[in-house]
Amino acid sequence: MNQSKSAALPERTRGAGGAHARTAAWLSVLCMGLGQLYNRQIVKGLLFLLAEALGIYFIITSLFTNLMGLITLGDTPAHLEKVGRLYKNVPGDHSIFIMIYGLVAFLFLALFLTFYVLNVRDAYTVGRLREEGKSSPNFRDTLRYASDKGFPYVLLSLPTVGVLFFTVLPILFMILIAFTNYAAPDHIPPKNLVDWVGFDTFKNLLTLKAWSRTFFGVLTWTIIWAVLATITTYFGGIFVALLIEQQGIRFKTFWRTVFIIPYAIPQFISLLVMKNLLNDQFGPINQYLRWMGLGGLPWLNDPFWAKVTVLMVNMWIGIPVSMILVLGVLTSIPRDLYEAADIDGASSFHKFRSITLPFVLFQTTPVLIMQFAGNINNFNVIYLLTGGQPANGEYSFAGSTDLLVTWLYKLTLDNQRYNFASAVGIIIFIIIASFSIYNYRKSRSFKEEDMIQ
Amino acid sequence: MKSKKRVKLTLSYILLGLIAIASVYPAIWIVMSSLKVGDSLYSETFIPRQLTFDHYRDLFVQHSDKDLPYLKWYWNTLKIAVTSMVLGTIIQVLTAYAMSRFRFKGRQTAMTTVLILGMFPGFMSMIAIYLMLLQLNLLDSPWALVLVYTAGAALGMFVAKGFFDTIPRALEESALLDGAGHWKIFTSIILPLSRPIITYIALTTFTGAWVDFIFARLILRSRENWTLAVGLYEMVNTYSSTEFTLFAAGSVLVAIPIAILYMFLQRFLVQGLTAGATKG
Repeated sequence: MNQSKSAALPERTRGAGGAHARTAAWLSVLCMGLGQLYNRQIVKGLLFLLAEALGIYFIITSLFTNLMGLITLGDTPAHLEKVGRLYKNVPGDHSIFIMIYGLVAFLFLALFLTFYVLNVRDAYTVGRLREEGKSSPNFRDTLRYASDKGFPYVLLSLPTVGVLFFTVLPILFMILIAFTNYAAPDHIPPKNLVDWVGFDTFKNLLTLKAWSRTFFGVLTWTIIWAVLATITTYFGGIFVALLIEQQGIRFKTFWRTVFIIPYAIPQFISLLVMKNLLNDQFGPINQYLRWMGLGGLPWLNDPFWAKVTVLMVNMWIGIPVSMILVLGVLTSIPRDLYEAADIDGASSFHKFRSITLPFVLFQTTPVLIMQFAGNINNFNVIYLLTGGQPANGEYSFAGSTDLLVTWLYKLTLDNQRYNFASAVGIIIFIIIASFSIYNYRKSRSFKEEDMIQ
Repeated sequence: MKSKKRVKLTLSYILLGLIAIASVYPAIWIVMSSLKVGDSLYSETFIPRQLTFDHYRDLFVQHSDKDLPYLKWYWNTLKIAVTSMVLGTIIQVLTAYAMSRFRFKGRQTAMTTVLILGMFPGFMSMIAIYLMLLQLNLLDSPWALVLVYTAGAALGMFVAKGFFDTIPRALEESALLDGAGHWKIFTSIILPLSRPIITYIALTTFTGAWVDFIFARLILRSRENWTLAVGLYEMVNTYSSTEFTLFAAGSVLVAIPIAILYMFLQRFLVQGLTAGATKG
């Protein structure tokens, strides 16, 4: 078994493998299953033959046209045609469906080719076994082998198919869309065709005044938001956790339970409730402020205050989670560190600075960066609370509190600017990916360290 | 020295009290609003002068002037959430188990792929999914929503993988020596040990489906197929000024099951959160 690993594919030049292995492999290259039949593995060979037949059938009947469609994206627009004495509207090619079919065809082709390679490799391996004088494994052996060594593949097959069709395929599709002119008002199938335009969408997004002003405005706010939202919830969580764990505080479990309540309420409910709570005219918060003789605040209607509001509401939602995390870390700090500090006569502030804080930071930095990435994509808080409002006259299709993600959502669902939405999505991906790679490196180096300085 | 400490403690208690009020105030306010007579947002007193359960009853009766099939929404949501929970948990646990316990070809690539896929904004794929479901004639079907949730479940496997990594390998090795197969080992050794993480995953997938707004709104087109999240959002947007108390009652009934689950299963949540955090 092991020798086959070094020689993945049969090559004459390598000189490995004798007559059986080479013949079987080449027969399998010619047609799936032939090599297996040559190796006297009848059932397996027939199954591979069937796969080959199906593959060829699909390639001839539909795969080729679909792959070509991926290049042309259709060439007949909807048009009028004279039928007898009347003009009739004839539907043209639907570029977007053509693109999806093309992608599915592409995925099938890739799967088929992988299968082909596996088939050749299998024929070669079994051929080698025969040369060594062993008999070819029969079908029952194959099944036993699959349930033993192949167990992880069996477990992963279903999830992989799901991810392939509902995550990978859609993402590939959206990446492709960014390089087309698929957008309202002029390029919406089935009325019109969609064409490849290269990097034009990105160029327009970054240089055309109407788009670039929105893009850079929204990007700046997204980053400010992500930084502030992460810092406030994180340090808020540390603060609350330390407050509870202080010496002399009683009913610790009670406080902890009460503070977890915001976490236990479904987010969309609390956000919709907050939206009403902070209502300008009738909301109770402004009502209390007026009772106290202060004027009400335009919580959600003023560009500046709306930003403050989303940050505050986010603290209410996010602090419990950080608190839970920090409480977990606090219990893992060795007690003797504090005892030693007590003997040295350290003040409580000093103990906090030199023991507690480094420990907490050390343990939770990866989470901190993960939360930062999560906040860049924090759709719910913005969309359900302000919906991106208040309006901003300078922006196209975005409001003052819109993040890149909520802008993407609006571009797609409300305004049908699909190509711009995809371009924005790709940019978000690049931002998050760079942070995550940094995080990954960092946490790796953390793991190798075992002492805190 | 002693008085300084007392001042500090008093201040801490005041702070704790204030935070506690801030934590529970919105919840209590919405409960109070749901018990209020009338239908407006504005209320003169925090505790309504007169309490009524009319709004709760209103949710479950037919109205001629507005189309709010609340009971139907509740049933849809429950159906979708439970099915997604069962299927999603199975998929996620199996994926995490395979990734944690086996060293197979392509494992590293698969893990990197999962990491990279997680970096795309979740609903960047919205349009493609929409078009695919349209072609498959699955749009507006609750099962399509279950399919979408379940298909993506494998991507959340890192927390469970971190958990499986901590189970000592010696346990399986001795079982292997005794001649147990992989499936037997999984069901009789690993599963019983994994109750905390399975509870965590089941709970998060259940709530994930219970509260999801984005895909539910995209896929479920007709009013009677909606879930609670879509229905309540619509209620706030179209009726918020006129039917606020009804919305309040609706929200309370949505939040209660989740809040109860969270409170009872707190221990597992905390374990899951911390496991996910420290394993990275």
